[in-house]
Parts: sequence; C-alpha cells; structure tokens
Amino acid sequence: MPARFTALAAPEAVVAALAGQGYIADRGLGTAVFLAARLGKPLLVEGPAGVGKTELARALAGWSDLPLLRLQCYEGLDEGKSLYEWQYGKQLLYTQILKDHVNAALGGAAGGLDGAMTRLHAVGERFYAAEFLAPRPLLQALQAPAGAVLLIDEIDKADPEFEAFLLEMLADFQVSIPELGRIAARVRPFVVLTSNAARDLGDALKRRCLHLHIGFPDAALEGRIVAARAPEAGPALRAALVAFVQGLRNLDLRKLPSVSETIDWARALVLLHTTVLGPETVRETLNVLLKYEVDVETAARALGGLMEEARRAAAIAG
Amino acid sequence: MPPPSPAEPPPPDDAAAPLLGFIRAARGAGVRISPAETQDALRAASLLGYGDRALLGAALGATLAKTTEEKARLAACFARYFAAPEAAPAPEAAPAAAAQAPADAETGLAGMLLAGDGASLAAGLAEAGQAVGLAGISVFTQVNLYARRMLEAMGLGALEARIAALRAEGAEERADRLGEGLGRLRAAARAAAERALDLYARPENARLRDAALAEARIASLSPRDRARLRGVLRAMARKLATRHARPRRHPRRGRLDARRTLRRNLAWGGVLFQTVWRRRRIERPRIVVLCDVSGSVASVAEFLLSFLHALSEVLADLRAFAFCSSLSEVTDLLRRHAPETAGAAVLREVGLGASNYGTALEDFERAYMATLDRRTSVIILGDARSNRADPRVDILARIAARAKRVVWLNPEMRPAWGTGDSEIHRYAPHCAVLRPCASLKALEAAVADLLAAEAG
Repeated sequence: MPARFTALAAPEAVVAALAGQGYIADRGLGTAVFLAARLGKPLLVEGPAGVGKTELARALAGWSDLPLLRLQCYEGLDEGKSLYEWQYGKQLLYTQILKDHVNAALGGAAGGLDGAMTRLHAVGERFYAAEFLAPRPLLQALQAPAGAVLLIDEIDKADPEFEAFLLEMLADFQVSIPELGRIAARVRPFVVLTSNAARDLGDALKRRCLHLHIGFPDAALEGRIVAARAPEAGPALRAALVAFVQGLRNLDLRKLPSVSETIDWARALVLLHTTVLGPETVRETLNVLLKYEVDVETAARALGGLMEEARRAAAIAG
Repeated sequence: MPPPSPAEPPPPDDAAAPLLGFIRAARGAGVRISPAETQDALRAASLLGYGDRALLGAALGATLAKTTEEKARLAACFARYFAAPEAAPAPEAAPAAAAQAPADAETGLAGMLLAGDGASLAAGLAEAGQAVGLAGISVFTQVNLYARRMLEAMGLGALEARIAALRAEGAEERADRLGEGLGRLRAAARAAAERALDLYARPENARLRDAALAEARIASLSPRDRARLRGVLRAMARKLATRHARPRRHPRRGRLDARRTLRRNLAWGGVLFQTVWRRRRIERPRIVVLCDVSGSVASVAEFLLSFLHALSEVLADLRAFAFCSSLSEVTDLLRRHAPETAGAAVLREVGLGASNYGTALEDFERAYMATLDRRTSVIILGDARSNRADPRVDILARIAARAKRVVWLNPEMRPAWGTGDSEIHRYAPHCAVLRPCASLKALEAAVADLLAAEAG
C-alpha cells in the first residue's frame, strides 16, 4: 500500500483529502476508505449509476499523486486484455532477424546437428523476454514503482471466470506468467472495484473486499457537492435545485436522477444565466435530469408540488 | 491478507467480547460473516476504537455486510444489540426511600432494591444473563424460564426469604417496598430474555417458518404470510439465477474455426500464431407467459409473475400477458415494479373476474402470434376453468406448433382436473409439460425444470 494511504490517521483525514480534490464525501465513505487503506484490502463500491463510484477512485489517485489505472470490465474480458499479452508482431520480427543471424550464431555447421543444438541452447531463451510483454492495467498496477490506484470498473459486467481469476491477484498481489515466472507487486496498489449490481458477485470476492454502498445523498450533502462542482450557482439557486431533485427522487420514475445529473443541471442553469428557478426554466431543462420521455411526463405532472418545495428551500437559503 | 503492522496489535480479548457477541447476533439476523471478516472487523474496531458509535457502525458495515440488504440488516441488528440497557428497575422516589431506610439495614439484592441502585441492578441482570447462557434461547416459550433462572442467579431465594421474614416481624411497609422492587426486577428480567430471543433466535424461527410457507398452498395463505413469502421468493429466484447465470458462449476446444483463424493471422503474413476455436452459443430462454388472473388463480399468478420477473437476468426475453376474459400485455408493467410488488401490480391493473380461455386465446392469436418462434417457450398458468365457454383448443394447438413448447402449470390439485367446467384434459395433448403447481416450492421446481430444459 502506498505510504500516503497507510499514513492516514482517521476517517476525517480521508474526507478532508477528498474534499481537497473537489469530492465531497460523508463520514461513512471516509471510514470505508480509511479501513481499506489501513487494513490493506480492496474496496468494493456499489450504488446506482452516477453517484460518484468511479470518481472516488479518480479523486484518490489525484490526492495521492499516483497513476490511476482503469480496467473497464465487460462480458468476454480475459487475461490477455486485463493482465498482459505477448507482442506477436515483435516476436515475429525477432524470429526473422534470428533467421538471418542464426548461421553466424551457431558457427556454421561445425560439430554437425548436435553441436548446433548445444550452441542453440546456450544462446538463451529470448523469444519470451520481458521486452516482448505488453502489460495491461493489472500488470501495470503491480509494476508501478510508487504504487498506483487500480480501478476495476463495473466488475459485475465481467464473466464469473474473470472474477475467479481476479481473486488470486487480489489475495497476493502477484501473478505468474508461465514463461517468465512470478511477478509480485513492488508496492501494493490501492484497489477500488465498482459494481452496478447487474449480477450478484461471488461470495469469495466479496469476502476479500471491504464493502461500501454509495446511495443518493441527502439534501445537505448534495448541496455541498453542487457547491464544490458547480460553484457558479448561488446559494439560493443551489438550495432550490437540490430540493427539486430530492423531491424528484420520491416520484415513481424509471431512472432516478443521480448526483452527476444534479451537477449537470446546475451547470446548465448557470449557463442559461438562471438566478431564480422558475417553472418555465425547469420544464425546458428537465431533459438534463431525466432520460426517459415517460419520466419527463411524470415529473411535469408533479411540477407544482416540486416547485413549491424548491421555492421554500430557496427562501430559507436566501 | 497483508500482515497487520506492528503498530496495530490485535485487540485484547475483553475488548473484543462484545463485538464477538454482536457478530453472533448479526449472523442470527441473516448476515453471512466468515472468520476472515470477523478478523477484519476486530482489526477495524481496534483501529477506530469503541468510543464513537456511528463510526463503529460504519466500520462494521464496511467489513461485515457485503450487500445493501445485509447492510440494512446489520444496521438494525447494531441498533438492537447496542441499545441502551433497559431502564433500570429503580423504585420511584428512590432518594427519599434511601433516606428513610439506611441501605446498611439490608444486604445483597434486597439492599440494591431498597437503595434504588439501578446501575448495580442492571449490571447484575447482565451478569446473570451470562451465567445462565441467555444467548442460547431459541423459542418464545423459553422466555419465562430464562427470566426465572436469571432472578435465581441474582439471589431470588434469599430475597423471598427476607420478605417473608420481614412480614413475620411485622415490618409490612418495608416488605411491600421490597415486593414492589421484585416485581419491577421480574419485568426487567423478562424484557432482557425477550430481547435475547429477538437477537439470537430469529434465524431458527425464520428458517422453520419460511420452509413451511414454501410448502403451503399459496391460495390459502393469509395476507401477512403472503408478504413473508415474497421474501422467500426473492431468495429462491436469486439462487436459481446464480445457478443458471452461466457464460453464454462456451469455447469448444477441438474444432478449429479455419475462416476466423486465417483472418486473425493475416497481420503476420499468414503465419499461424493464434488459433481460433469454434464457439457454441448458448441461447438464453425466451419466454412468453400467459397468466389467468381470475379470482381462483390470481394468488398463484401473482407469484409466478414475480418469480419470472426476478429471473429476468437469465432470460433473454420475457413477455407476459394476463387475462380474465380478454388478454392484455403486462410486460411493461412488470418492468416498472420491483419483483416483490410486480405481481400485485398486474392484478391491480388487469383485475379479477370470470375467466374465459377461449376469448383470451383468440386475443393472443390475433395480436401476438407473431412473437412466437422456434426458440420461445410458452408458459400458461391457469386452472382451465373456462365457465362453459368454447375453450378454442385449436388455437392452443397452433401455438404449440409454432413455439418450442407449451408448459401448463395448473394451481389445482390433480383430482380436481376435469371436474365441472375444467377443460384441462382437452388442452393436455398440446402441452409438453403439464403439472400441478399450488405452492411456491412447486413453482420453483417448475421454473428450475424450465431453465434446465432450455440449457440442454
């Protein structure tokens, strides 16, 4: 584990560190990251899309000043794409060069076939040398000289086989390449796995990780997040739009607006020079928050009540 | 697991004891916790200390609970386990009482009761609870037994003797006060035993109850049991989904895909570096389900729909139709609701009424026949009681000819088939599978068979 992570003193230090990167977190999140750092365990983050799971890894990498290595999972992802691959093209060139030099290297026909074979073995195995290896994110994370933040994104999209393969690597932070031998991590990376719960992950993987669920934030936290990510929005507008989104989440929608959508909306409103949230503006910009036509219609029907809440929040904040 | 650094020694045993007790209780509440996770929790607690409850709760949540559901259970269990101890059984106006009768006049339990020493009494109760193995409580009827044993461990015998002696001496007022104190103590002991039952005995009771529920006829269950059954259904569906969530493509080693091999190796001038093997695609089942939602079958239909909905991740395509006399598609309705409530939502929309299989099948043939192909399995759930109307067996025959197969699930028991207006025997020749299906267990078996047959 990189030194900056092991030196964390308390959950509050994590919250402060993340705040420095513009990532506003609550104490529960701080505790989970703190424990992951101090216990040396991977952190499995679950929650709805757009609440900042991936962003968490990015903020941690920014704070610790380490490279962020991201492995996006999908169905059919295998070792070749996640760990390493041999560069066949280079190897092919090598064999062709070898063809030109092989006679010289083996010293002509001296000693007959047996002699040539003996000398061939003495030349050494270069075909599978480290130079021909193309490291993929997992191997890169192990080889990073000062450690790294490894983000394994949407692990639920990968096949169960890949998950099993990952277990080995997350347990010992080392991999074996048959032709080269074992490669162990120079500095253990800080690992973040994210999942949207498209399928249930295996118990074995869950056991090895600390678990963090990021849900939709409450109004206070969401207000702070918007203040950090879209500071141009004034306090009254901020309070109004957060109250509106919070109300929206109570409706029966196909896809609830997430934090990322709140931030997008705040930025959009700022671009439109909005200072007071009015029903016209809301109706025109609702498609930033809602991604289904049905949802937009549902929200339009409930607009009166939602606007009322937003006005009240703005009055308190203003 | 990385070795703990020397700065973080394992916590001393006495500090770990309440945590281990909590982990026991959490297991009882249905959170699966392995020894490795227990170790993590202990190390986390020693890192963060026990002082801050919210912090400790968050730490235990991160180390022990690995799903959202488990997190909620763990939080509830945490609140119950670390709840403030029951209000101490102190007599009212305790200071005055203590002043009237100096505590040194009585000793032991009687002294504590008279002096209104709530803290000592609570501590005594907790100690007694440990002494009699309160954590072993498993059924409700043991509450009184354990409460009495706890009181005995605290010195009930001596106290009763003392009260009797006081009465004999004529100190009625003092005896009455002791008696009142004893009454309160009894209530506190009972409460402690009930709390222990709540904490430790949940799992066994719940398991027994769930098993019985799964076997029972759905139609005859009370609304409260039905609500519970939804939880059971969810667990069952998850189990099935995990079992059948296999990779959809299997490499078939041994058969070279010559065309793709040549293509892949073009980059290296046709030198065969990489071989490509033929793969076999495994089809996920496509299911069309027709549910009778008339009064007689509605309760089972609700569960079948919820079940299939919960399995949607292992199904390529699920289209659901519900009918009484006319048929309508409810696929979208299902999609918008959580598995537990989906079935009920369909019933609300399509409603109960008298069933007419003939018109329902006509509706289906007219509008949806095109959705069927050789890969689709058709599930029909119904009692085939068509209220004397024409059953239109010919349409079912055409459906069977078009689709992969027709599975008929009948919530009635076999002896009732063919009696009265039941047309099940006329439909039977066109069904590949025909089985009774009255309990959740039977439903699970039917769906499991279906998935297995698709994979084969």
